[in-house]
Amino acid sequence: MAGKSKSDGKSRWSAGVAPYAEMGYYEPDYVPQPSDILCAFRFVPQEGIEPIEAAAAVAGESSTATWTVVWTDRLTAYENYQAKCYRVDPVPGTDQYIAYIAYNLDLFEEGSIANLTSSIIGNVFGFKALKSLRLEDMRIPPHYVKTFHGPPHGVVMEREYLNKYGRPLLGATVKPKLGLSARNYGRVVYEALRGGLDFTKDDENINSQPFMRWRDRFLFAMEGVARSMADTGEIKGHYMNVTAATMEDMYERAEFAKEIGSVIVMIDLTIGYTAIQSMSKWARRNGVILHLHRAGHGTYTRQKTHGVNFRVIAKWMRLAGVDHIHAGTVVGKLEGDPNAIRGYYKTLLANNVEPDPALGLYFEQDWASMPSCMPVASGGIHAGQMHQLLHYLGEDVVLQFGGGTIGHPDGIAEGATANRVAVEAMIQARNEGRDYLHEGPDILAKAARWSPSLYKALEVWKDITFNFESTDVPDAIATVTV
Amino acid sequence: MRITQGTFSYLPELSDEQITAQLQYCLDNEWAVSVEYTDDPHPRNAYWEMFGMPLFDLKDPAGIMQEITACRKAFPRHYIRVNGYDRRYRRQTMALSFLVNRPPEEPGFRLERQESTDRVVRYTLHAYATDRPAGERYGA
Repeated sequence: MAGKSKSDGKSRWSAGVAPYAEMGYYEPDYVPQPSDILCAFRFVPQEGIEPIEAAAAVAGESSTATWTVVWTDRLTAYENYQAKCYRVDPVPGTDQYIAYIAYNLDLFEEGSIANLTSSIIGNVFGFKALKSLRLEDMRIPPHYVKTFHGPPHGVVMEREYLNKYGRPLLGATVKPKLGLSARNYGRVVYEALRGGLDFTKDDENINSQPFMRWRDRFLFAMEGVARSMADTGEIKGHYMNVTAATMEDMYERAEFAKEIGSVIVMIDLTIGYTAIQSMSKWARRNGVILHLHRAGHGTYTRQKTHGVNFRVIAKWMRLAGVDHIHAGTVVGKLEGDPNAIRGYYKTLLANNVEPDPALGLYFEQDWASMPSCMPVASGGIHAGQMHQLLHYLGEDVVLQFGGGTIGHPDGIAEGATANRVAVEAMIQARNEGRDYLHEGPDILAKAARWSPSLYKALEVWKDITFNFESTDVPDAIATVTV
Repeated sequence: MRITQGTFSYLPELSDEQITAQLQYCLDNEWAVSVEYTDDPHPRNAYWEMFGMPLFDLKDPAGIMQEITACRKAFPRHYIRVNGYDRRYRRQTMALSFLVNRPPEEPGFRLERQESTDRVVRYTLHAYATDRPAGERYGA
């Protein structure tokens, strides 16, 4: 797409308002430097706004520009600090465009997600000249990756710590989410863990309410964890949600969880990027695994034309340093296209990611050996889907069966056993070279012959699926189906 | 009780044929297989005794199966596990680890509670078997 030529003979520095594209924010010949941060933005310009001018405006407003020419730019080496839109592609069959923008590394403070995001998504999403704007992907260069510590433990260390290899980990969120007393809550923890799960979990909105205060919950949950460890000889954990109003409160709760022996604590995305990085430092210092629930993300990740794609949030969180993050189930009750989710999982787990339009990955990403972040699949999944879960999500994942454990007709422990039997039977079959995706129902039915818990689980949930169209799918797939 | 460490502890005990299939999977992935045994099953006992070196150069599952059989013969009343080790860059850890032998009886663990102030309890797992010296646990 050709750039707009200078509309008049005015200099770059004439007072007044000049098109962003003419102020250096659009440079189609620019070759991104290896150390640049690259962004892909999906945008829809307002009627009458040239796409290139709109894209240049995004570059300008997310870097040095303001609405009018300022002479004080001339006191700086502004060429370095101006972001440069170097490519604009229309999205076929839509009114959308993808703008590729390069940012010089100097624009960002080392190791600060808050600073990175204040630049990239700070002001520009409210910009009037755009109908909508979505940050689809970012290339974080190794130069910047190396200024972050990343996950306090990572997948390898977590497995060695827990002594669990070769299969997905299993978890359950305690239900009902709200209302249980601490003592009753600990009962659910105990039953689910002794039945065969590796983890139980506080829900995102279980913090410290009148019906159950955090300290009481932690004490009873830990009793359940310790009992289940004695019953099984395995290491178990309960994600103790330390989310609170202030850092002081969160540190107090996390310290207490550590003191009573919990291997893991949990935070919500709602606490904010800086608090997440602080808790990451704490988790690293104290040897406690850090679980992140992505509470609230759907408000800005789900709609295809506005917001921030989850793959970007996943990148920020791997940089910020969490050991677990919820990243979709494909088959469960919550939003998630299979290809997009494969892209998220790759982003969290791999060291080198190649661009792959089918998975929604716009850029290569070199993680420079930063440890992997364990994806968590939670929401409306059950034992009868084990073959699909293993196929889509792989082995490095925590599968969280909340209702699919606690809703078992014979009790919570039986529900947990059903899930554990199902996952082990499926791993065994996969390793034996079976076509487990297609033979999955058969593999489960065979295991159910000797496992009454699995038999009951399959009976109860056999027909439960959540087949809805995804609102957010990669363009490459959308194009193919048109 | 039944200790449920390892990848396949919720399945019925694997037959030698089923173990061989898992060994083949390890070899197909170029994982080095090792055999380890212990009579201290505490979940934080990371270092089980090595039954020889990891079998880096054995490419035949039948040969590995012979090692497992020899280990079972030498330590019939111990826990024995088989590990598949993935040396790939950024893994360099176990990729599979499962039990292939157990003591005839598993007395399990005592949960010790040290009651502290402010309702805090400190928990410790104690394997009943480890009350006896190593080598004399789980009967003759």
